[in-house]
Amino acid sequence: MKRLVVVGNGMAGMACVEQILKYAPSLDDARDAPSASRGAMFRITVFGDETHVNYNRIMLSSVLAGEKSADDIVINSLEWYRRNDIELRVGVRILDVDPVRKTVAGDDGSVTPYDTLLLATGSSAWMPPIKGLDKDGVFTFRTLDDTRALLKRAGPDTRAIVIGGGLLGLEAARGLQMHGCQVTVVHLMATLMERQLDPPGGKFLMAKMKELGIRVVLGKSTTAILGNGHVEGVEFSGGEALEGDLVVVAAGIRPNVELGRKAGVTVKRGIVVNDYMETSDPDIFAVGECVEHRGVCYGLVAPLFDQGKVLAATITGRRGPTYNGTVQAAKLKIVGVEMFSAGNIDDDGAEPVRYEDPSLGIYKKVALRDGKLAGVILVGDTSDSHRYMEWLRTDADLTDRRRHLLFPPPAADAGLDVAEMSDGATVCGCVGVTKGTIIHAIHERGVNTLSQLKEATRACTGCGSCTSLCQDLLRAVAPDFEDEKKKTICACVPFAEDRLRDILRSQKLKSVQDVLEIYGNGVGCEICKPALSYMLDMLWCGDHDEDRSARFINDRVHANIQKDGTFSVVPRIRGGVTSPDELRRIADVADKYHVPMVKITGSQRIDLLGIKKADLPKVWADLGMPSGQAYTKGVRMVKTCVGTDFCRFGTQDSTSAGVEMERRFEQLFTPHKVKMAAVGCPRNCAEATVKDIGLIGVEGGWQVVVGGAAGKSVRKADLLTTVETTDAALEASELFFQYYRENANYLERTYDFVERLGIEKVRKDTVYATDAVRAGLLDRLAKSKARSYDAWTEGQAPRNPTQFTPLKLMEKVLA
Amino acid sequence: MRESRWIRVTTLENIPAREGRAVQIGDLEIAIFNLGDRLLATSNRCPHKGGPLCDGIITGASVVCPLHAWKVSLTHGSVERPANERERCVETYPVRVENGVVVIAVPQTAVEERVA
Repeated sequence: MKRLVVVGNGMAGMACVEQILKYAPSLDDARDAPSASRGAMFRITVFGDETHVNYNRIMLSSVLAGEKSADDIVINSLEWYRRNDIELRVGVRILDVDPVRKTVAGDDGSVTPYDTLLLATGSSAWMPPIKGLDKDGVFTFRTLDDTRALLKRAGPDTRAIVIGGGLLGLEAARGLQMHGCQVTVVHLMATLMERQLDPPGGKFLMAKMKELGIRVVLGKSTTAILGNGHVEGVEFSGGEALEGDLVVVAAGIRPNVELGRKAGVTVKRGIVVNDYMETSDPDIFAVGECVEHRGVCYGLVAPLFDQGKVLAATITGRRGPTYNGTVQAAKLKIVGVEMFSAGNIDDDGAEPVRYEDPSLGIYKKVALRDGKLAGVILVGDTSDSHRYMEWLRTDADLTDRRRHLLFPPPAADAGLDVAEMSDGATVCGCVGVTKGTIIHAIHERGVNTLSQLKEATRACTGCGSCTSLCQDLLRAVAPDFEDEKKKTICACVPFAEDRLRDILRSQKLKSVQDVLEIYGNGVGCEICKPALSYMLDMLWCGDHDEDRSARFINDRVHANIQKDGTFSVVPRIRGGVTSPDELRRIADVADKYHVPMVKITGSQRIDLLGIKKADLPKVWADLGMPSGQAYTKGVRMVKTCVGTDFCRFGTQDSTSAGVEMERRFEQLFTPHKVKMAAVGCPRNCAEATVKDIGLIGVEGGWQVVVGGAAGKSVRKADLLTTVETTDAALEASELFFQYYRENANYLERTYDFVERLGIEKVRKDTVYATDAVRAGLLDRLAKSKARSYDAWTEGQAPRNPTQFTPLKLMEKVLA
Repeated sequence: MRESRWIRVTTLENIPAREGRAVQIGDLEIAIFNLGDRLLATSNRCPHKGGPLCDGIITGASVVCPLHAWKVSLTHGSVERPANERERCVETYPVRVENGVVVIAVPQTAVEERVA
């Protein structure tokens, strides 16, 4: 059995070893193998100078950003090495190769013999000629240890300077910013990512980065790190300086070729390999970022897998497949900043086709040569990237598709895009998984989720850019597809809402501004601010630092703004039951304030329209009724029928039940508005089947239905449960209500929420949940309720002196 | 340059941080915004449908109109969204804080005569 020594425990080396194991199983597998011909070929030893098992290096930016933990990015666990009988020597750096004696020498004093040597030494950060790079506070961003060191230093009030406006530099910048750092990216060239983007593309990308709150300084050459021992800033070639507390050098990478030189194989910029991945020494092979193939050194992930497959064939004596280079493609992994570039983007002799929309921040450009795609740039919308990769890989003739170069032809149905792909088309470019392989896995191995698909095929385990395509395939083919994709609120705070809720809870954040400063861009917008306001109110059951500036005007003055800037006032009339006295007061108010319109709403309430902001407190006081919350994402009302009191068909007292229901829920905020109804019989006069929560009286009890809609969409509510008593019906409503408050995304109505989760899951988590879970929901609802108050009391005790009134000048002026 | 006059408006605490307030000065209706580290002032009427900009949510140095979410730069007065309306704008006015009092410069023509 031959001895294979692998130097480098990274993605390239281990992807290659995985391929080798496919051809030549390890000892254990061989022992179990039925046929003697499947004997183990190699005894494998792997050296890694890092102290970790093999992890996904491209995902380090997600670890830095706090989106993933170190454990999340492990590719091969210790168990994998053990199972395949691979000797793993971590923390050992190989210093020398003796190609004559065929040994490698480590920095631990060990000398290890080899029959076959595989160099997968990768690359390291290129350090530009800058004075003072040895100062404390200067970092690179290549390894898990680098990332951990950065995470230790990054925090609010830290001023970070990232040298290098390429892929890695921008991802590092965003990651640091997520921890509250004020980040400036310093780039030598006139536009960002100039190797992947043309100047307009670079400008679009720059606008996106600025929107996130990251400063970008272009055309500056850094000459020195300033500071006495510790970083205090950087100096540019013009003598100008920029203050900062930490510096990340991300100016590029350089192949690690030292061992290649020591082994005496041909080395140019990288270790030179031929199309069979052989070096100039028949027993020495190389793979990954350390190699140079046909004059090209790759710094991206896809080539590693392509090379690994060819090398595995060669090294196991199946020499034949050749490596012919890989189409270069780069994708930025920053949530909210989509950027994709592939192929040759030079304009020389190419025919450019462009689309740009500065407001949406979308820029698309394809370069054609001889009717074929030469290169592509996408900023702001990369949903089509797989289409272009396919064209590049297959060298497709695009003459017939000229009208649809920048936008795919409108599909007859959503699944058509994936349906039109051929089975041989590559879905995951990193690992090289085709559509056919995925479909096979779905059918033969019962794959239903993205995680199962990753496990089964390794698709989508590289850069993650094929995620949406994999999802589309699963959606179209898998019988029990479950969507795992989470949407973020907006680019200001790039986290999925459930993850954000966890963060806010565990970090005990109680104000919108703190969240924005620590986990967002420090600024926020009209979309995320109200969402965060709601989230904090819900999480802390009202015990948070409410920030009125983060809320929509309706929630600042507790009335609904109208097209002329006046407001509408809707008092609470629980269950639609009023009295002559209340009606008289409403009529008097309408007279006194010359209300232009008094209207009966569709919700059994009365709307006074056209009230001036300054009159709101007086109107509320004169009405003497609580706020009906008709202006907010909160509890609106419970519509009722007359039930058993007067109706000859009524089976339940829906009026009292509805009034009680409204009392229990009123004054609370919800992800979107909540409209309810209680009806006394299945004739459903108050339309309970199209409400967010409905109680339907039946002989001997109630049906509780949820997720109905009769607005933008129409949806019949799902039956949550059937119960015997009114108390039980109200409790079931409370369980669903609080569950919706805690788990829906902001602005997600119950009908989308129930549809997304499925009523079975909703039932399981509410009415069928364990006693402890149900008690928890009811307890948190009770806490929120206890802290809630009638917003209109602020009419008499305003938040600030000018909450309702315009400013009054301190001096008199006359026009 | 047009002739302008500085007018004392109100004490700073009357404009909460990251909110705006409207003020009538002569025949001008002006929105004054407190960005926390500085004040900015524009005409209160959105160039779209006249929505009250003082009631909008502030994002950076811009405000989002509460009626149809047009985004207006508070520093330049220009419309930032929608993009095809970028040539439109609102008037801006110099504004600052002096001894805790918000003062604003308005054209002389808006306040011709001063009484009391």
